[in-house]
Amino acid sequence: MKRWIPLIVFLVLVGFFAKGLFLNPREVPSPFIGKSAPAFTLPVVGDANTSFSPADMKGKVWVMNVWAPWCVSCRQEHGLLMALAQSQPVPIVGLNWKDKDREAAQLLSDQGSPYFAVPDDLSGKVGIDYGVTGTPETYVIDKGGIVRMKHVGPISPDIWKEKFEPKLKELGA
Amino acid sequence: MKSLLFALMLALVLPASAEEATPVGEDPVIEQRMIKLSEELRCLVCQNESLAGSHAELAEDLRQEIRVQMKAGKDDKEVIDYLTTRYGDFVLYRPPFKPLTMLLWFGPALFLALGAGIWYFTLNKRRNLKETPVDEKQLAAAAHLLEDNK
Repeated sequence: MKRWIPLIVFLVLVGFFAKGLFLNPREVPSPFIGKSAPAFTLPVVGDANTSFSPADMKGKVWVMNVWAPWCVSCRQEHGLLMALAQSQPVPIVGLNWKDKDREAAQLLSDQGSPYFAVPDDLSGKVGIDYGVTGTPETYVIDKGGIVRMKHVGPISPDIWKEKFEPKLKELGA
Repeated sequence: MKSLLFALMLALVLPASAEEATPVGEDPVIEQRMIKLSEELRCLVCQNESLAGSHAELAEDLRQEIRVQMKAGKDDKEVIDYLTTRYGDFVLYRPPFKPLTMLLWFGPALFLALGAGIWYFTLNKRRNLKETPVDEKQLAAAAHLLEDNK
C-alpha cells in the first residue's frame, strides 16, 4: 500500500493541473451575480434624444451584451445574436462600449441590429460599473433587475444552448 | 576652444534634463499615491501586469478613475472598495483574509505542519528500531557465502 502513495499524490496533482489547464483565466467570477444590475441612463445610438436605463426593463428577463464596433470577436457572435433576436423572446440590449470612432450606427444599419436597444457608453464608465474587462461580455438580468449570470467572450450556439437557455428558463423568460 | 565646446555641450544637455524633470501628472502627490496604489492592483486585461504598469486602455481608464476619486478626497480603502465591488477580489494582488481564502493563507503552514509530522514520525520509528539479533550460525553462513564468491 505504502509504495502507492507517491503515485496517488502524483495523480491528484495531475488532476488539479489538468483542470486548471482547461479553465478560462478570463472567466473572472463576477461580484454582481445575485446583486442588482447597476443603474445608468445613457442615450441610445442613432437617436440622442432617446435614452435607455435598466429600470425600463423591470418585469422582464433580459440579456445585456457588451460589444463595440472595434471588437473583432463581437463580429463572431453577431450572426448568432441576429438569429436569437428572431427565434426567441428575450430582448437583447447591446451596450456600445467605448465607441470612440462613432461607428456603431453605421455598422448596425449595414449588418443589421439584433438589439432591442443600444445604449451608448462612450466614456466606458457604465462598462466599468458592470465590471467589464473586455468585449464581448454578456449578462443575464432577471425580472427584478438582479444580475443572474455573466458570460465572458463570444457566444457560440453551444454556449447559448448549454449556459443561457437553462438559465433563462429557470428565470421564467 | 575647449571651454566653447564645453558650453556647447552644456547647452545641449541642459534643456533635455530640464524636460525630463517635469512631472507627468497634474498633481504629483496624487500621481504618486495613484501609482503606489495601482502597483498593488491587477490589470484585468493583461492579468500578469499591475494596473500601474499596463498599457491596456481599460487600465488607463481605471487609473484615471483612481486619480479622479483621489482628487475628490477618497482614501485608498475607498478606492479599493470601488474596484472590488466591480471586479471582485481578483483585482487585488494581495488576497484579503476571509473564510474563502483561509486555505490560501494557512495552506503553507498546513503543509509545513504536515511535513514536520511526517518527519517526526519517521525519526521516531527509526529510533525505536531494534537491532536484529544475529546468531553464530547466520554469521558463519554469511562468511561461507563470501568465501565462495572469491
